[in-house]
Amino acid sequence: MENLSSLSRFAPELWIMAGILFAFLGSLSKKLSGGPLIFVLLAITAAVGQLGNEPTSLFEGLIAVDGFTHLFRLFFLIVGALTIVMSAYSKELEKQGSEFSALVLTVVLGMMLMGSARNLLMAYLAMEMVSIISYALVASLKGNLRSREAGIKYIIFGGLASGAMLLGMSFLYGMTGSLDFGAIAATMALKSPNTVTLFISVVLILAGLGFKVSAAPFHMWAPDVYEGAPIAVTAFLSVGPKAAGFALLLRLFHSTNLAAGELSLIWPGLIAAISVATMFIGNLTALWQDNLKRLMAFSSVAHAGYLLMAVVLMNTAGMTAIVFYLFAYLLMNFGAFMVISVVADQAGTEDIRAMRGLWKRNPWLAIMMGVFLFSLTGLPPAFGFIGKFYLFAALIESGWIWLAIVGLLNSVISLAYYMRIAKVMLIDGTEGEMILPEGRMVAPAVTTTVVTVLAGLTLLFGIYWEPIRVFAESTFGMI
Amino acid sequence: MPSHILSWITFFPLIGAAVILLLPSSREKWVKWIGLAATLPPLFWSLQLYQNFERVFSGKHLEQFQFTEGPYAWIESFNISYFLGVDGISISMVILTTLISCIAVLASFNIKRQLKAYFALFLLLETGMLGVFCSLDFFLFYVFWEVMLLPMYFLIGIWGGPRKIYAAIKFFLYTLFGSVFMLIAMIYLYYQAGKTFNMIEIMQATKGIAVGVQALLWFALYIGFAIKIPAFPFHTWLPDAHVEAPTAISVILAGVLLKMGVYGLLRINFSMLPEATARFAWFLAVIGTINIIYGALVAMAQKDLKKLVAYSSVSHMGYVMLGMAAMTPQGIQGAVLQMFNHGIIAAMLFLLVGVVYDRAHHRNIEGFGGLASRVGAYTGFTALAFFASLGLPGLSGFVSEVLVFLGAFKTFPVYTIVSMMGVVLTAAYLLWTFQRMFLGELNPKYKDLTDMDVREWIMLVPLAIIVIVLGVWPMPMLDLISDTLNHLVMHVGPVTAAGF
Repeated sequence: MENLSSLSRFAPELWIMAGILFAFLGSLSKKLSGGPLIFVLLAITAAVGQLGNEPTSLFEGLIAVDGFTHLFRLFFLIVGALTIVMSAYSKELEKQGSEFSALVLTVVLGMMLMGSARNLLMAYLAMEMVSIISYALVASLKGNLRSREAGIKYIIFGGLASGAMLLGMSFLYGMTGSLDFGAIAATMALKSPNTVTLFISVVLILAGLGFKVSAAPFHMWAPDVYEGAPIAVTAFLSVGPKAAGFALLLRLFHSTNLAAGELSLIWPGLIAAISVATMFIGNLTALWQDNLKRLMAFSSVAHAGYLLMAVVLMNTAGMTAIVFYLFAYLLMNFGAFMVISVVADQAGTEDIRAMRGLWKRNPWLAIMMGVFLFSLTGLPPAFGFIGKFYLFAALIESGWIWLAIVGLLNSVISLAYYMRIAKVMLIDGTEGEMILPEGRMVAPAVTTTVVTVLAGLTLLFGIYWEPIRVFAESTFGMI
Repeated sequence: MPSHILSWITFFPLIGAAVILLLPSSREKWVKWIGLAATLPPLFWSLQLYQNFERVFSGKHLEQFQFTEGPYAWIESFNISYFLGVDGISISMVILTTLISCIAVLASFNIKRQLKAYFALFLLLETGMLGVFCSLDFFLFYVFWEVMLLPMYFLIGIWGGPRKIYAAIKFFLYTLFGSVFMLIAMIYLYYQAGKTFNMIEIMQATKGIAVGVQALLWFALYIGFAIKIPAFPFHTWLPDAHVEAPTAISVILAGVLLKMGVYGLLRINFSMLPEATARFAWFLAVIGTINIIYGALVAMAQKDLKKLVAYSSVSHMGYVMLGMAAMTPQGIQGAVLQMFNHGIIAAMLFLLVGVVYDRAHHRNIEGFGGLASRVGAYTGFTALAFFASLGLPGLSGFVSEVLVFLGAFKTFPVYTIVSMMGVVLTAAYLLWTFQRMFLGELNPKYKDLTDMDVREWIMLVPLAIIVIVLGVWPMPMLDLISDTLNHLVMHVGPVTAAGF
């Protein structure tokens, strides 16, 4: 579609843009702080309204609007809404005005574009939009040294990664003379390019995307950045940009036919190696963490590894599994971070010992946290198990049994550190030195409600997930 | 008898758990009684099952299941269904589970802390166990199998002894490690059997799978089940879990949970992969023999009474494995009967350990002495349980062990003879323990020891009656299981004896 007529199909993004403007203006007055959330809800409504539409491309082919786009649009909008709610009730972000929400919405917009870009230039710009604003979000705790350090680390790593990616993209452009994913695929099919150059280009692009999804060996930034950032931002970063990275990874390598075409011999082994390394590094390092945010950071690295297992396949079953897993991960990871945020706010520290006696202080939150932890481990009947079940079923169907075994053994390792949190909050008594004083701990009603809804959905979809599949399949006119 | 009786049996405890959770904390005294009330109807219904179960069933030999519900479509895209039913093997296990759960609730009446959480988790555990025995859909089976881990972890971890955390996480990690291989094999079978989780359909569809693949699947499933049994060398979690767990949970662990491993072997390995089973039955027999002898030897060296009983469980599960590996009608009937009998006897033993621990606050065998002169009833029950455990004729353990040996001798003469040494060893460690604890001079520390109270009598008398009745007249159980097992023996066919 040409530019003007594209706008109607671009409504969700337009609502978010309006929300960004509103949030910047709103920072002048405290009364309008709920505004950005309303715009996100409007955007969600608009995105839902577009679900049934025929796939098309917008802005002279820069952006695709298809089932894949619809799915990820909704995903990122939900992430944005949850982050705004979470930040509104976070003590460390108290002094932030609504410009914080503006930054979050900008990243959400960037992620939506990452999920729909079908042009190298658009993809790169969307990714930079996500990255650069994320640096600001991480460093948003004024006067907090850790937060600033995290911001700087993020910028340096991010700059390197995006530089590598840009180089890879220019190789690709040099070989094919085109930026459009579809045109690249067509050119490749006509004249087979030099495999070595192609390989270098793919590896460089993977470095950039690997940074976004925190895959080994580009995960080094994650623990420090996650630890330094405010908890709401950590939750946001561990779900949003990771999912956006996977969305772009899938679309880029699927539409350009790079994975299945020239590199079909190297691709599976390369991705499998990255995924195995990512899982082991994430899980084994998480075992030794005492800081909850750091622990969840390594856990999120491990989850990137699980997701990468399905990227090896690059078929419909694998992509369905990734979508399932991402939705499960959204529910359980955000839920866990919300509980951690409540506890850490009151304790003033994210040390795992702050969770001690949560069972006595706020039994409901403790039970909900238990649900999230079991789901993260991948135990039935929780949504996390279904996500893993789809992953492993896709792998086994295609004959990747050894990879499935490695992935499952990693789940067993992860049990040890997730159960450590469960142990601290549910089993350990309140004798001895306590970080938090005895007595009931009151959580904000909104947070409790959101956490309950997330946990409820985690269990509900763990027992009956057919609606999700029907929805995924109906929007999955595949890329 | 209500319709959907198996669903009622399985999920009724869960309703009880929900009621307990909704109870205001001011009513904590009601929790115990609601817990008991939630376990009684399943026991009653399972006795109705016993009454109405057709002993000789006319269905085809793979379709022996009665009281079936479903298959109702659950997740259509993956062909997962809600499908319950019982045959001779599972009905005996359902009766065992409902009975032991009821008694374990009584044994939990002296739990002091966090009653609501305890009983809710306990009832969730019961639902998980019953679900495993009733499921005829592999996916459903797996979900129930895993659902059990969670309450078990907390029941040991919160209400256990000094090293409870270690024991609980060890149990959890071991079992989850085993489930990994079960999950892989399950998904692989799903694709091999033409995309179905229906156990009956898988049984009919696995004939065509290449022998090598069958062997791999068989061992993958075996690891999952062997950890639960627990078979050597995966047994090391059991003594830790037993020693740290509260009495009632030990009763459940030994009485029901261990049976789940062998039940899995019968239901999944034997029924779905008969060719591989015939080929690797000798392997089961070897492991069974090692369990019998090694378990008995280690039990003999124990100073802690509970650890001794735990290792005796390892030893007794060996008889089950030996009997079912032989694949003769007597052997496999003896094995399933031994599953039931050991469930009852082990429950008695752990209850008795709990009785003395509640009074003396230690379990050191050497620390007692001459108790017979002080606590007569307790001595009597212990003697009965010990003699049943070591296989005294006239008590239930004898019948099943004799059947196992009779059946196994035809197929594995050497292993059977070696295993018989286990009987002697068992007699040795149990009698020696009995002598050290009950005979000789009364340890003056225990001159004021009180005998069993009413609650403890109520727990032990039904079990003692079953031990005596089944020892004299085992037909009620054998009638129940024999038809199904004869079909299973035909289904697997003669086993390769591997030279012995």
